[in-house]
Amino acid sequence: MPLMGEIALKMLWGDRAKYLALVFAVTFATMLMSQQVSIFIGLMARTASHVSDVREANLWIMDPQVRYIDEVKPMPDKQLFRVRGVQGVEWAVPWFKGLAVVRAPGGIMQQVILLGVDDASLVGRPPRMIHGRWEDLKQPDAMIMDRAGWEYTWPGEPFVPGRVVEVNDRRVAIVGLAEASPPFVTFPVVYSRYSQALKLSPTERNAMSFILARSAPGDDPKSVAHRIETATGLQALTSREFEWRSVSHYLQRTGIPVNFGITVVLGFIVGAAVAGQTFYIFVLENLRQFGALKAIGVGNTQILSMVLLQAAVVAFIGFSLGIGGSAIFFESTNDLTHLRGFRLHGEVIAATAAAVFVIMVIASFASIRKVMVLEPAIVFRG
Amino acid sequence: MSALPAVSTRGLCKDFPTGEALTRVLHDVDLDLATGALTMLVGPSGCGKTTLLSIISGILQASAGTVTVYGTEITGLSDREKVAFRRSNLGFIFQQYNLLPALTAAENASVPLVAAGVPLAQARIEAGKVLERIGMGPHLKKMPAQLSGGQQQRVAIARALVHQPKLLVCDEPTAALDAQTGLAVLELLRDVARSAERAVLVVTHDSRIFDLADRIVRMSDGRLEPESNQPRSVP
Ligand SMILES: Nc1ncnc2c1ncn2[C@@H]1O[C@H](COP(=O)(O)OP(=O)(O)OP(=O)(O)O)[C@@H](O)[C@H]1O
Ligand SMILES: [Mg+2]
Repeated sequence: MPLMGEIALKMLWGDRAKYLALVFAVTFATMLMSQQVSIFIGLMARTASHVSDVREANLWIMDPQVRYIDEVKPMPDKQLFRVRGVQGVEWAVPWFKGLAVVRAPGGIMQQVILLGVDDASLVGRPPRMIHGRWEDLKQPDAMIMDRAGWEYTWPGEPFVPGRVVEVNDRRVAIVGLAEASPPFVTFPVVYSRYSQALKLSPTERNAMSFILARSAPGDDPKSVAHRIETATGLQALTSREFEWRSVSHYLQRTGIPVNFGITVVLGFIVGAAVAGQTFYIFVLENLRQFGALKAIGVGNTQILSMVLLQAAVVAFIGFSLGIGGSAIFFESTNDLTHLRGFRLHGEVIAATAAAVFVIMVIASFASIRKVMVLEPAIVFRG
Repeated sequence: MSALPAVSTRGLCKDFPTGEALTRVLHDVDLDLATGALTMLVGPSGCGKTTLLSIISGILQASAGTVTVYGTEITGLSDREKVAFRRSNLGFIFQQYNLLPALTAAENASVPLVAAGVPLAQARIEAGKVLERIGMGPHLKKMPAQLSGGQQQRVAIARALVHQPKLLVCDEPTAALDAQTGLAVLELLRDVARSAERAVLVVTHDSRIFDLADRIVRMSDGRLEPESNQPRSVP
């Protein structure tokens, strides 16, 4: 087919003001949508951060009434042995999750999330250590704090191993710093051995919060979970299932999704409206020219491809700028502790591209209709 | 005059819907245009000149009758065929020029070639040659907004000629120009008509240019008037 593309692009670029307005509208929508969805996903991932941080276990066992990770219903110790006895369970260890108050010299008082990992295997810890070694937890009255928690409690102070604090009237030394995935609640996270954690927490909570287990190689984790449930009457979930449980709890029980949803929809609507309006005016102003082209012998398919090319170029440039803007935002905020872990996911980029595509289809629909039904005879009218 | 007329209309009628009813604005128009001549179509405002021109050039559907252009009955063509026919056989000149404001003079003049599949760079060179021939050589790279009305109409003429069409249709080509420029544009069109196997049909109100016609066809109320006093004979 004859190439009117170059002429279509010159028409577009010739009208600098409208071209910029179009690109801006798409850039704005792209940035707003991709950035908000990414932050939303990051925030939701935080609700399951304690689960996703544990890499060794693939099964989480808990009281049947627990609906998400932040809801803790202690279980009697004997359940641990029953779980260990279920066929297909390679190993099972206790895990503690509770709240505690850290007191430090200088009047510092800080509420923390206290996690107790297995005494022997240290299963239940996050994967990355920044200062010290996990083995140091085996010293008496030792705990490891997460980096963000340290910076939050002692802003600007470099880490010094062995700093002594008081937890539940016990003196404990902070022997290392770990990198924990950011939790939804902004409290610092401290890790200790399970037996130590029981001593550090206020008495009424001192029992097993979760059992972490691994299915035997070759056994399907889901069917092992099912067997555990039948054998113990407890609730057993795969790590993925439990993560998703926690995320969906926040999705269903809070206004967060609605809030982000409104912003995303707003970005979509504003983008589509501004781009559609501007594109329509652009085509209207060029209507006589399009009519002249039709009279001269430019067919409807050619006219259509000209308008589609104009729309596609605007969409592509606007989308690229918008995604670039979002990427720069996440890149430059990655070092900020409170925004860590938020990043632009490939899926979000793809979904935003699809949304921009729909925006441009909506935006160019009226314009395309207008030029397609245009009678070339109008060019001889005054 | 060659045996085969450039354009031949028979029993041409056109009705426009006006509210509930139809109004007939062309009544049984029989018109033959000769090759190698510039024919002017004149008449009072609203008599149907533009309507006739639009049907002859295949951008408006006739209600009845036939139009034959160089042996092709265009009233029987499909929309798609009409577009292709116009692309290779017709040149258009409008009162409002209708140039694309974002394209240079040479690019504007090259549009019919590009529409027919010639790459823009090559089409621009061809268009440049046509523009040079009509005295626009120094202005090839100017945008329409940088040109005077007469210059813009010359760009439009170059656009209408660049693909060597057999029929040139012009609606009020001088209406937006001063007398002198109008005359110059018309002389150019007459030369175009005479120098090639081509017919030129000009619709006009402009009595200052009547002298340049090979033939004048008068119209009133949608009908052609009998032709008696021809200003000059067709060569
Ligand atoms: N699309 C249309 N719908 C309805 N009526 C139309 C349409 N186009 C033209 N007419 C009518 O047809 C008649 C002829 O119009 P046309 O434009 O052909 O006249 P004209 O001779 O070119 O006039 P002018 O010299 O003013 O340009 C007029 O009465 C006009 O109102
Ligand atoms: Mg008219």
